[in-house]
Amino acid sequence: MVDWFQRHIPKIVLAPSFAAVLLFVYGFIGWTAWVSFTRSRLLPKYDIAGFIQYKRLFASPRWETALNNLFIFGFLFIVIAMILGLLIAILLDQKIRTEGVLRTIYLYPMALSMIVTGTAWKWIMNPGLGIEALVRGWGFESFSFDWVIDPKMAIYAVVIAGVWQASGFVMALFLAGLRSVDGEIIKAAQVDGIPTWRIYSAIIIPSMAPIFLSAFIVLAHLAIKSFDLVIALTGGGPGYATDLPATYMYTMAFSRGDIGQAASSAMIMMAVVFTIVVPYLYSELRAKHD
Amino acid sequence: MTNFAPASTFNAGSAGKWRRAILRLILLSVLVIFALFYLMPLFVMVTTSLKSLEEIRTGSLVALPREVTFEAWRTAWSSACTGIQCEGLRPYFWNSVQLAIPAVLISTLLGAINGYVIAQWKFRGANLIFSLMLFGCFIPFQVVLLPMARTLGLMGLAGSIPGLIFVHVVYGIGFTTLFFRNYYVSVPSELVKAAKVDGAGFFRIFWSIFLPLSLPIIVVTVIWQFTQIWNDFLFGVSFSQAGTQPITVALNNIVNSTTGVKEYNVDMAAAIIAALPTLLVYVVAGKYFIRGLTAGSVKG
Amino acid sequence: MAPILDITSLYKNYGQTEILKDINVSIEPGDFLVLVGPSGCGKSTLLNCIAGLEPITSGSIEIDGRDMTQVSPKDRDIAMVFQSYALYPTMTVAKNITFGMKVRGVDAATQEAKLQQVASQLQIEQLLHRRPSQLSGGQRQRVAMGRALVRDPKLFLFDEPLSNLDAKLRVEMRSEIKKLHLNLGASMVYVTHDQIEAMTLATKIVVLKGGVVQQIGSPAEIYNRPANLFVADFMGSPAMNLIPARTHKNGSGTRIEIARDTGEPLVLSDPNSDLPSDVILGLRPEDIAEAGFRAGEGVQEARCVIDMVEPAGADTYVVSRLGGKQVTARLHAETKAQPGQPLNLAFDLSKVSYFAPETGERLN
Repeated sequence: MVDWFQRHIPKIVLAPSFAAVLLFVYGFIGWTAWVSFTRSRLLPKYDIAGFIQYKRLFASPRWETALNNLFIFGFLFIVIAMILGLLIAILLDQKIRTEGVLRTIYLYPMALSMIVTGTAWKWIMNPGLGIEALVRGWGFESFSFDWVIDPKMAIYAVVIAGVWQASGFVMALFLAGLRSVDGEIIKAAQVDGIPTWRIYSAIIIPSMAPIFLSAFIVLAHLAIKSFDLVIALTGGGPGYATDLPATYMYTMAFSRGDIGQAASSAMIMMAVVFTIVVPYLYSELRAKHD
Repeated sequence: MTNFAPASTFNAGSAGKWRRAILRLILLSVLVIFALFYLMPLFVMVTTSLKSLEEIRTGSLVALPREVTFEAWRTAWSSACTGIQCEGLRPYFWNSVQLAIPAVLISTLLGAINGYVIAQWKFRGANLIFSLMLFGCFIPFQVVLLPMARTLGLMGLAGSIPGLIFVHVVYGIGFTTLFFRNYYVSVPSELVKAAKVDGAGFFRIFWSIFLPLSLPIIVVTVIWQFTQIWNDFLFGVSFSQAGTQPITVALNNIVNSTTGVKEYNVDMAAAIIAALPTLLVYVVAGKYFIRGLTAGSVKG
Repeated sequence: MAPILDITSLYKNYGQTEILKDINVSIEPGDFLVLVGPSGCGKSTLLNCIAGLEPITSGSIEIDGRDMTQVSPKDRDIAMVFQSYALYPTMTVAKNITFGMKVRGVDAATQEAKLQQVASQLQIEQLLHRRPSQLSGGQRQRVAMGRALVRDPKLFLFDEPLSNLDAKLRVEMRSEIKKLHLNLGASMVYVTHDQIEAMTLATKIVVLKGGVVQQIGSPAEIYNRPANLFVADFMGSPAMNLIPARTHKNGSGTRIEIARDTGEPLVLSDPNSDLPSDVILGLRPEDIAEAGFRAGEGVQEARCVIDMVEPAGADTYVVSRLGGKQVTARLHAETKAQPGQPLNLAFDLSKVSYFAPETGERLN
C-alpha cells in the first residue's frame, strides 16, 4: 500500500489540477455546447432541439453587427499593432542609447487593465472636452473627432485604444526576434555591401516568421476575448454599434436572461479560437517532442 | 545583436558625417514622437485628475493644471458613487487585494508542483495532460461563464470573494503550470536520479532541490498572475455582487454611472488608483513582467 | 564467493522497442565491471535498471544475494556518479555530500566526521563551502565522487563520469578512480563509450550493441580473442585490421590468399585446417611488424607496397592496401619505410583471429 502510494505520488499530485481542468474547462465547454442545442431561455433546459439557437443567432441583426465588428476590429487591430510594433522594434534596434527608457514607455500600457485603458481613451476622445475641443481650440473650428459617439466610427475608436495597449508588447516580441538573428549572417551581408534596408527586408524579417506567428496568435486571441475594452470605452454603444461577440454573449447571459443565445454565441467564439489556436499549439507541442 | 553602425553604410568624410548626424536626429525624433503617443494618455489622466471640474471645462486637454487640487483623488478613494453606494474605491481596492493575494499564491504553488511533475516525473499520458491544460489557457472564458455561475451557486460561493479566488485559481493553473514546466524542463533529469539514489522522495526533492532553484520563475509567475487577476474584469463582473466587486468593476461603475454631474477628474483619479499596483510592479520588475508576457505567448 | 551483483535474463522494453535483450551478468565482490558500447547500445539504461531508476520488463537483479527487482533506488544500498555530475546547484559542496545522510537521518556528528574523511581522501577540503557553479569541471567531478564515497555502499555505479572532462584531466581522473578501486576494494559498475577507459579500469568488461551482450570477459580476453567482428572493430585503437581472404586446404594446414589491387595475391599459411573457404582475417596493428623485428612461431614475412607513413613519436604507423582494405601496421620509430616503396612486413599469425564473413562470429 505504502509502496503503491510512493510509486504513484506524481500522478496523485497532478490529479486534482487535472480533474479541475477536465471538469471546469472541458466539462463546462461540453455543458455550454449541450445547452446551445436546446430551447433554454431564462433557465437551462436539457432537451436537444437542434440548431434552433444558432438559427436565431444568425438571424439576429445585433449578432451580425457583433461578428462584423469582430472582423473589422480584429483585422485592423492585428495589422496595425504588428506594423507599428515591427516599425518601432526596427527603429529601436539601431543602437539607441536611451533604448531602456523608451522600451519601458512603449510597453507600460500592457500592465494596465483594459478598463483603465478604456476609461482614459474615452476621456481623450470625448467630443466636448477631448481631442476635438483641443484642436478646435488651436483655431481649426471645423475639426471633428466624435468617433466614440458615431455608430459608424465607434469601432475604430476601439481599434485605437486596443492598438495603443498591445503594440508595445508586439514591439517587445519583435525586438527579441531581431536580436536573436545570427550576427554572422548580418556581418557577411554587410561585407557584401548589401544596404541596411535590404538586409532587413531580405534576411532578418523573413527569418522571424515564427515570431510573426506568435504575435498573430496572441493578438487574435486578445481580439476575440476583447470585452473589457469595449465595455469601458463605449459600453457596446452607441446602441449596439460596437458590440463584439464577447459583449453580445455577456448581455444575453446576464442582462437579457437568454441562456440559449449566450451559449450558442460562446460556442461560436470558441470555434473561432479553436481554428486559430489548435493548429498552432499542435505544431508547437510537436516541435518540442521531436 | 543586429546593430548597424550607419558609418559602415555611408561614405566617410564630412558630408557623410553630416548626413549621418541628420539621420540619427530623424530616427531619435521619430522614436520620441512614438513615446509621446504612448505617454499622452497617462499624462492626460494625471493632469486631469489634478484639475478642478471648472478648469477641465474651460481649459485645454493637454494643459498642465493651473491650480493643483487633490480633491478628485480624495473623492475617488473614499466617496465616489459606484451605483447606489458612495464609498469610493477604497472597499473595492481591498476586495481586489484580498482576492489577488490568495489566488496568486495558490495558483503559483499548484503550477510549481504540476510543472515539477510534468517536467521531471514523466509518466505515460503526462504530455497529453499537459496539452489539455495548456489548451485551457486559450479558451474564450465566455464559454465557461454560464456553467461556472451555476456551479458557484451550488458550492455556496456565488457572489463571494472565495468564489472569485476559486475561479482565478482554476483558470490560472494552465499558465502557471506552463511557466514552471518550461523552466523545470531545462533542469537535467540526472538531478532527480541523484537525489533518488541519495534516498530523497518526491516531496523532499521538490522542497530541497527544485524550489531553491526556482526564484526567477516564481517571480515571473507571481507578476503574471497578479497582473492578470488584478486587471480582470470579466470574472469580476460576472461572479461578484454589490460589496464583493473587485476594483476594475468598481472603476467601470464610477465611470459609467449616469447619475449626477460627470466628474472627469474623479474618473481619472479612480483609473490611476486602479492601475497603480500593476504599474508599480511593472516599473519595479519590468524585466520579469516582459519575460512573463513572452512566455505567455508559448515560445519557451 | 557469492556474487555481489547478479543480473538474470533481464529484458527492458519501451513500448514496442526492445532496449535490452536477455542480459545475464554477474560480478564478484571487488570486481570493476565496465559496460562499454557505442551510443544507444543500452549501457546507460542497464545501469539505470541496476540503480532502480528505470523499471525492467522481465528478469531479475540481485545485489549481495537480495532480490532488488522491485526495490526503490534508496533501498538498494548503491551510490551513483553521473555524467553531468548532477550536483545540487543551490547547495554547498559540504551539503551536497551530506544530503544523502541527512535524508536518511544520520546524526550530525557522524555526518561531519564522514564529510571530513571523504574530503581529505579526495583533497577537496578547501572547496567545502563553495557552490557547484564556482567549481571547475575536475572539482565538480571530485565532489560527485565524494557524494558517492561518503555513502559507503555495496555497489558504486558510474555513468560516463569522465566524458565531460578535457583529455588531460580525463587521464588523471581515470587513474584516480583506478587507485580508489584498489584502495577501497569496492565493487563498481562503470559505463563508458571509451574503449581505452574500459581496458584500463575493468577487471571485467561487457561489450553491448543494440541491447544485446556481444562478449563478457577480462580486458585481455576481449582484446586478444574478440568474439565477433563488432567487438574486434570496437575495442582497440587503431582498430584491428579486418582483411577479407580466401583459404585453400593444403596438407595439414591452410593456405591463405589475400587479394591485392595489382600483382600477385599475398600468401600466408596457417596450421589450422578447419577454416571455411572465405574468412575475415583479423590482426592488430602491433601484430604486423617490419621484417626482422618480430620472430617466433607463426611469423611470416611478405613484401607489401606502403601507401602512407604516419610517424606517431614512439611508433610509426604504415598503411598498405590489402584485400581491398587499408591495413595498418605498427612499426618502430626508426623505420625507413617510404610511401610508394615496397617493404617487407612480418605478420604474426600466432595472434590472428578469424571471423565468418556472413555471421561475423569468431571461428578460431
